[in-house]
Parts: sequence; C-alpha cells; structure tokens
Amino acid sequence: MDIRHPVPTIYGYFQEKYGAIWIEEIGKLKESFGDAIENVLMPVESPVDIPTLFIKKAKAHELLNLLKNNYHYSFLTDYTATDEMGVDTTSADAPRFNLVIHLMNLENKARIRIKVRLHEGEAFETLIPIWAGANWAEREIFDMFGIQFDGHPDLRRIIMDMRWEGHPLRKDYPLRGYQVFLTPEPLDPELLK
Amino acid sequence: MSNSKFQNDLPLDIARWAQPGRLDISLRKDTDDLFEDSKMLVNIGPTHPAMHGAFRCMAKLNGETIEKSYCEFGYTHRGKEKLGENRTYHQFVVYTDRLNYCSALINNVTYAMSVERLMGIEVPERAIWIRMMCAELARVTDHLICVGINAVDLGAFSFFLYGYEQREKAYSLIEKLCGARLTTSYTRIGGLMADAPVGWEKELKEWVKETRTVVEEMDKLLTDNRIWLNRTKDVAVFNKEQCLQYSFTGPNARAAGVNVDLRRDQPCMYYDQMDFDVPIAQVGDVFDRYYVRMEEIKQSLNIIVQCADRIKPGPIWADDKRTRIPDKDVVYNTMEGLIHHFKFFMTGFNVPKGEAYTAFEAANGELGFYISSQGGPTAHRMRIRGPSFWHYQGLDPMIKGGYLADLVAALGSINVIAGELDR
Repeated sequence: MDIRHPVPTIYGYFQEKYGAIWIEEIGKLKESFGDAIENVLMPVESPVDIPTLFIKKAKAHELLNLLKNNYHYSFLTDYTATDEMGVDTTSADAPRFNLVIHLMNLENKARIRIKVRLHEGEAFETLIPIWAGANWAEREIFDMFGIQFDGHPDLRRIIMDMRWEGHPLRKDYPLRGYQVFLTPEPLDPELLK
Repeated sequence: MSNSKFQNDLPLDIARWAQPGRLDISLRKDTDDLFEDSKMLVNIGPTHPAMHGAFRCMAKLNGETIEKSYCEFGYTHRGKEKLGENRTYHQFVVYTDRLNYCSALINNVTYAMSVERLMGIEVPERAIWIRMMCAELARVTDHLICVGINAVDLGAFSFFLYGYEQREKAYSLIEKLCGARLTTSYTRIGGLMADAPVGWEKELKEWVKETRTVVEEMDKLLTDNRIWLNRTKDVAVFNKEQCLQYSFTGPNARAAGVNVDLRRDQPCMYYDQMDFDVPIAQVGDVFDRYYVRMEEIKQSLNIIVQCADRIKPGPIWADDKRTRIPDKDVVYNTMEGLIHHFKFFMTGFNVPKGEAYTAFEAANGELGFYISSQGGPTAHRMRIRGPSFWHYQGLDPMIKGGYLADLVAALGSINVIAGELDR
C-alpha cells in the first residue's frame, strides 16, 4: 500500500444537499453586492467545507443584515477570529486578523462562513444590533486577540483577569505566558448601576 | 422520524397545567419597590454549591427580585484553543474530554469526526456504530445529571438519586469500553482506542431496559408533581425569539420551540437511518427544559437499542496509514513498525491545508470544532464552539425580574458546564 496518499477529494459532504442552492445564492449576492465581496471560496474547488465569503469591512453590516433578513441565514452559530500572522508571505501589507462568522440557515440548515479581514489596531463595528448574542463573542475576541469593537456597550475582558497583559491567542503570545495575581479580581459595581 | 407527536401533545399537556387558578402566578410578583439605597448587592459564586462549577453572578436585588445582574466565568480557563495550536491532532484528543465532562464521549466523537473530515478519512462501519452508541449513552448521562441536579437545587433529592444510580451503571459500561469513567479519550483520529468487549452491546441493551423503567419512575415522581410545577412553570422564560437572538441550541432552544436537531437536520454517521423523534416544547421555561430533556432521554435509549441491534463485528480502524496507530506486535517486532510508532507520537501526522467547521448535536446543543489548517501536524486555529458559552450569556436576560431563588432553577435548567464554557 502506498504510504503517501494523494490528497483526496474531500469537502464534498454538503455538496449534494446544498451545492446548487449555494451557487444560486452567492450568484445573487455577487450581482447586488459585487463590490463588497473581495473573494469567494467554494467547497471542493477550494479546501473549505462551506462557502467562505471575504467581505469588505465597510459593507459587512449591510451584507450581514441582508443575509439575515432576505436569505434566511438568521442564526449566528459562531463568531470568532483568527490570527493570520506570517501566513500570507506574498504581500507585506496583508491584514493580520480575520473575523470569522458562521451563519446557519434555519429553513434548510445550510451554513455559510463570512470573513472580514482586519489590520492590526483596526476596529470593527459591533454586531450586537443584528444579534444580541454577539456581545460575549466580541468580548472574547477582544480578550483573546485584542480586536476593538466600535459601539460595544461593555467591552471588557471576559475569560482572562481584567489585569491581564497581552492577548493570549495571538500568534506572538507565548504558550506558557503565565501571569500570577495574588489578589482576586476586583468587583465592578458600576456594572449594576 | 416525525415529531408531530410531541408538537401536538406537549402544548395540550402544558395547557392542562396552566389553567387559571391552578397556579397562582400572579402571586409571584413582588410589588413593593425599595429605595435605591436599600437595594442589596449579592454575590453568588464562584464556589457556591448551587452554581455547578466556578461561575459567579453578581445581582442587585430589589427585595427578593433581581433587578440587574452580571455573570462572570473563566475561573477554569486552561487555554484549550491555544493548546490546540501547539499540540498535534492526536495529542489534542485528551483535551476534548475536559470540555463538557458530563458527556466526554460526545466531545471525543465530534473532535475525531472534524479532523477526519479535514483529511477525508472514512471510518469503518463498526467504529461508527460504537461511536453512535457512545454519543447517545453520553447524552443520557448528561441529561440525567442535568435534570437530577436541577431537582436537587430545588429540593427534590430522591429524584436525583434514581438517575444517579443509572448514571453510575452507565459509567461502568464506559469503563468496560475504555478503562476510564469520566475522562474517556476513547476515539482516535480514524478509529477507536479499542474495540468494544464481547457482549458489550447486550449489557448496554440490558442497561437500556433498566433505565427505561427508571426514567418512567422519575417521570411519575416529578412531571406531575404540584410542588415541582409551582416551582418551575413560567420561571426563567426564554422565548423563541430570544433563543434565536442569543444563539441557543439543543434542548434549551427546543424547549422554546426552535425546531432544530442536527442529528435529524444534518445527519452524520448513521443518524439518517435511525428512527427517533425530536421533542419540542413551546414556552421555554424551566419546566419545558426539564421535560424536553426527559423525553430526549427516552429517544436516546431508542437509538441505542437500534444501534445495538445493527452492529456487526468488523474492523474499527480506517485503512489509512497516516492516522492508524500501529499494533503493538508490529511495533515490538519490526523496525519499520517502531519507526512508524515513534514518528506518529513524536511528530504527528500532517493534515492538508484547509478549513472546516464540524458540528454535532451534543447533549447541551451544538458543539462545533472550527479547525483551520495550514498543513503540518498542528492546527493553525482550533476554535471550539461550546453551547454553554451562548447559554450562559442568556442567563442575565433570563433571570431579570425573577426571584433570587429562581436564578438557581434557571442555571440548573440550562445546564451550563464550566469546562466547556471556559475552555
């Protein structure tokens, strides 16, 4: 048996059910929002399992609202970020962070992935007006990656101690970057006002 | 596979109990407002027995009513997502146990499935049947613990013990499977740690038979119990609209009428061949969350029997040299086997470049692994989407305006697990 397997044709497990729907929907999106969509990765031809749309920051809210209200992608499954430091070596000015938003269509249960590329220090407008549940997800992204969210009502650290320095999931943060606090985290009575 | 039975029956059942005069919900309202200065700040947790792990809830009380609150967590943060970027895919299996430790097997299965999808590995039939049985067994234990602890918090201790005995027996079955009771680490990428022992399915079926009667007894004990109903009906209501806003999944969302079950809607493994119902309730209060879980236990027991009937002997490892851990006789007796073993555990196997989000209906809701790979033996990003994170976020709006004692009922009913929340 050959040990070196060729890379199999994977990522096709949703194609039969949703492939045609995705092509139609993304075709329509491209027509109306062509300038906002930077790049589209489709399953099988690219190594992704669900369509991945890279959209411009300025038009992100408009597009997400459209997806929520007109395309039934109304369920925010997951909202996170990735640190792409050192991945794109072709250009020196490649954005460092990707915000990754997974949406689910509650009608036919299809999923779609939205990515917004952000430079370091760049802020993104909060998604709380669209999904109230984005609140803690954005706090976690801020805590772990240090991405700021404009208009967020309560952008505090959520998992780490409020006195923590640095953002642990950044690629330049060490694996064993311990910080020790001898006193418990102080309360914030202002939050109950 | 229709769920019409529950959609028709359950609301009627609830309507029976919600007749006017039956429950004096109007008496629950606390009408005397206090002056701002005499409102009390109460800190519940992080080490309070009713908080089920290290959670903290700061509440501002107006008399006994919660006027405002904020919740904190993160006391058991272990940096799993960071570890996922620094450990090989094989090494990360053990970290998945410590996510939702009440149903560790489901985490194992979901993680193995997500890496297999990235690599395009097909697991053999027997392994899939065992994984399905494991997932359902873990779901039953998780639900038993959830409804049991919820009842303990509200004063029904014996109810908990009925379920706990069956849970212990389930853990003994899991122990026979993999040698561990709680932190199982049973799956491997492309297979299983070990085959199920001979006759394990039969023992499982006996356990199912026993559990069915026990669950029926538990049902009789609590579901129609006047005290329980007074304590849980219309308490901590989270309706459908709120559930969708706060990304609730699993039994908590189904209790409010969100008709989503990934086992039915996005079937993986052999769930499309299984015959089961998806219980749905309408109101979304503590009682509905309890009732949906009780019904789900019965459905899971049905699925276990169907799996146990159809399982056949066969291989448990995918025929793929990249992920197959070499057998011990090959390792000890051949040079190639030893090198293979060494390379497997020291450097790990490469996963081709790509990204995938794999979700499975875990006991509490949608458990998803978003793995982004740049090639190589470690992930570029290992995101764990635990349902508890989103459920715990909904606790603040859920308990607002309720009694302080209802906070305990609400927290027990959404079944937040600290390990999954803090990651």
